[in-house]
Amino acid sequence: MSIDSIFVHKMWNDHELSKMVKGGVPFPMLSDAAGKVGTAYGVFDEDAGVETRGRFLIDPDGIVQGFEVLTPPVGRNVSETLRQIQAFQLVRKSKGTQAAPSGWKPGKMTLKPGPDLVGKVWEVWKTDMAFD
Amino acid sequence: MGEEIKAGCARPTGGPVGKPPEEKPAAQDGPRKEVVSMIKVGKAAPDFTAPAYHKGKFISVKLSEYLGKWVVLCFYPGDFTFV
Repeated sequence: MSIDSIFVHKMWNDHELSKMVKGGVPFPMLSDAAGKVGTAYGVFDEDAGVETRGRFLIDPDGIVQGFEVLTPPVGRNVSETLRQIQAFQLVRKSKGTQAAPSGWKPGKMTLKPGPDLVGKVWEVWKTDMAFD
Repeated sequence: MGEEIKAGCARPTGGPVGKPPEEKPAAQDGPRKEVVSMIKVGKAAPDFTAPAYHKGKFISVKLSEYLGKWVVLCFYPGDFTFV
């Protein structure tokens, strides 16, 4: 979503993005004239008149589970976005009985928070597991 | 999901749906300050409608039509902005 019109979105997709991604952008490219939606999400920069690089993860119940906002010159990390969705999906599937520790990714161990784990995380989880 | 819209000369628009966030009452003294609150995790994402370009068509997208699915909503400064 950006303040550009859907006509500009079409030009960008057809003339540039479709040359990077086969078949073009697979998801809807949203237009937010005057930054009304961006304002509601707190990412509209009124001084510049554009939206910052905000990324929101919204769960199946419509609840915001996480977000990240960057200034214009640095792009996002799609792998990290996917990792976070996978972690939230795991937590949701376990109905909150499991938690994804720092650096978790599919295949790595999860934690089961509870009275027995208090003060014992150091026994089961090591700091090097926070890194790839 | 995603009703098609006709492309006319008027630029289609969307915007937030539902009641606007409650305005905080102005302080008794001092200049009135506008409060822009950031989204909070664990709280509902503001619903909205927005015109969109999707696979060759112009459509209207409403966030609440995606209930039941995970949604990644990305904002960016503008088309052709390099990164």
